[in-house]
Amino acid sequence: MSTQTKKPPEPAKRAGRKRNGAEALIEGLKSQGVEVLFGVTGGAIMPVYDALYRDGGLRHIVVGHEQGAAHMADGYARVTGRPGVMLATSGPGATNLVTGLATSIMDSIPVVAITGQVPTGLIGNDAFQEADVRGITMPITKHNYLLRRADEVPSALAEAFHVARSGRPGPVLIDLPKDVSNAPATAPCPRQVNLEGYKPRYEGHPQQICKALALLRNAQRPVILAGGGVILAEASAELRQLAELLRLPVVSTLMGLGNFPIDHPLSLGMPGMHGTGYAIKALYHCDLMLCVGTRLDDRITGALDEFAPWAKLIHIDVDAAEIGKNLPVAVPIVGDARPILRELVRGARGWESPPDWSAWQRQLEAWGQEYPLSYQEKSDRIMPQQVVQEIDRLWDDEAILVTGVGQHQMWAAQYYTFRRPRSWLTSGGLGTMGYGLPAAIGAKLAAPERSVICIDGDGSFLMTIQELATAVRYRLPLVVAIINNRFLGMVRQWQHLFFQDRFAETELAPPPYDQVARAFGALGRRAERPEELRPALQWALRESRAQQLPAVLDILVDPEECVYPMVPAGQPNVNFLSGPEGA
Amino acid sequence: MEHLHPISAIVLNESGVLARIAGMFARRGFNIESLAVGPTEEARYSRMTLMVRGDDRILEQVVKQLSRLIEVIKVSDLAADPHVERELALVKVHAPPAQRSEVIELAGIFRAKIVDVGRKNLIIEVSGDSGKVRALIEMLRPFGIVELARTGRIILARGKQVTAGRSRERAAGKNLTTEVIVK
Repeated sequence: MSTQTKKPPEPAKRAGRKRNGAEALIEGLKSQGVEVLFGVTGGAIMPVYDALYRDGGLRHIVVGHEQGAAHMADGYARVTGRPGVMLATSGPGATNLVTGLATSIMDSIPVVAITGQVPTGLIGNDAFQEADVRGITMPITKHNYLLRRADEVPSALAEAFHVARSGRPGPVLIDLPKDVSNAPATAPCPRQVNLEGYKPRYEGHPQQICKALALLRNAQRPVILAGGGVILAEASAELRQLAELLRLPVVSTLMGLGNFPIDHPLSLGMPGMHGTGYAIKALYHCDLMLCVGTRLDDRITGALDEFAPWAKLIHIDVDAAEIGKNLPVAVPIVGDARPILRELVRGARGWESPPDWSAWQRQLEAWGQEYPLSYQEKSDRIMPQQVVQEIDRLWDDEAILVTGVGQHQMWAAQYYTFRRPRSWLTSGGLGTMGYGLPAAIGAKLAAPERSVICIDGDGSFLMTIQELATAVRYRLPLVVAIINNRFLGMVRQWQHLFFQDRFAETELAPPPYDQVARAFGALGRRAERPEELRPALQWALRESRAQQLPAVLDILVDPEECVYPMVPAGQPNVNFLSGPEGA
Repeated sequence: MEHLHPISAIVLNESGVLARIAGMFARRGFNIESLAVGPTEEARYSRMTLMVRGDDRILEQVVKQLSRLIEVIKVSDLAADPHVERELALVKVHAPPAQRSEVIELAGIFRAKIVDVGRKNLIIEVSGDSGKVRALIEMLRPFGIVELARTGRIILARGKQVTAGRSRERAAGKNLTTEVIVK
């Protein structure tokens, strides 16, 4: 090894020249309050990394694969509410971000991606590491840019952050050709952004709020369906005020878990394909559904005609295009959930006598008794639900729970006690296997003081396992609990239920994850018997903190266990199967 | 019930806007029957005229999804408003000397122009609503159409009304369940 030392920062000014596009980019990132970047360098993005090196003021996390950077930025954004930022080079670097960007747009997460591009003179020439990244990412970004001049850098960056975090949040990508990075950029960072074609609406229309209150006042069987939009709008307190004021039952969607305490007497849990029987019943029988920040996607509604056949819908959403997309809506309210819920609370406080919904509440309680979540414990095998319940017991209230995608994700959603927003990170819309570990890394960097626990599946974990190296390198004390059933379990479940046990290519041969973890320099341990579960989890929690390292638990569970309740795809929700015996 | 709706959009005159809009239509499975783009009275804007087929729910989504795009400034569905529509076609028709006068006469009836004369062919330029253009083409077909080029339809609202402006709000409020979108 040579005795190279890091040179002191040499900003452009001191070097006696104008700043270039890359330096303008770094300046812009800092003026946006960015603290950490996730990425991998490469040919076309080198000027940006060089500017980063010379500046020295931004933390950068080197990842194993660009998809990891995208999920880390996404995880960081979900925890902080601020845009996460990722860097990648042209061509394969940028295309590796695609899954992550698609994950973020489906769940409305604000991220900003900066990708290097081949020099402008080579664009369109099939140059080395060239890909049409603007074209490729058009459908999976809220907006994107291909910059042609260095002077566009400051305004594009300011616009990107504004667009990413305002209105319905989402990913924005800036494609930056290498020569643009190197060219002088004299334009200053703009103080304000004014986009003529983009004026997200914040306040709800007063007339619509009046109409909503009138509908609510006359309802007999009302339910609130609260989605991820409540979390994005930081409107959990307002949601709780409204629910408690009127004693309104609340159903929280998968993306909305944490927007309302799941152990609150008014909470009905999660709806949809693997939702609670009582949430499904409540939505089916209600005559008024107050939908807040949810896009009523197919996993929530099941067969549309029989989702909520008697209900009138009030739909609050910041994205007008989501209202009326899947179901007819009686009262649309376009705007931010927080001020609108606040107005609804204010309006309802003015009512002379609160409506009497006690009969409906008794009915809901009866369904609660009738359809509890349940599973059978076994003396010789760890049940996956047990893993979630043990974690729920051992981890503190401030912990952040992250998952991959599959059965383990649904068990986590069903059996964990969600009490606060921005503490549950899961790929709900795109269903991205491999999301868990990198998102957990992003979460840990966003909130180093909070514990981060990733419940993953053996299939999901393998898809981004390389990020263990990242977690070890930066000594991140997080815990990954792998619910290992040696199968792509969710698909296996469908094969069992709907394909007469023809297990086409769902059996896996996962490596011993505890040993793999140790080879990466992380902590690893295996648990196989029920009595080993709690000690293993306690060990992971304690040792990861003590040694400032990630801990991976390979927890072997019963491979035949299925997620219930379950609504067979395309069927009405009320036809849900509550257990292996059927309805 | 499915209808053909004329949708007029004012968009930023920048590279990539057409690709973004066309991509959005393809991705969401919306049906464009014709598309015409050109600059407006202000150089920084283009007007895009789209003929879209669909029921009320789909048309509502088309307008909303277009409005979401950051480069789209204004959108209006002109189906319910009085408007002028024009389309232009160039038709190269087989017209040897023996048939030529008959073809020219036909063009005259449609107030079409002969814009090129060859030994055996004529090029006829016709403009009007799409029904008229179609009618002339059908009349010329028996003579032998050598080749044909048609533009997409372009549309402006009649009278004082501005085509992509307040009309969108009215259109959205009138026949749709959704609240006015003010951009």
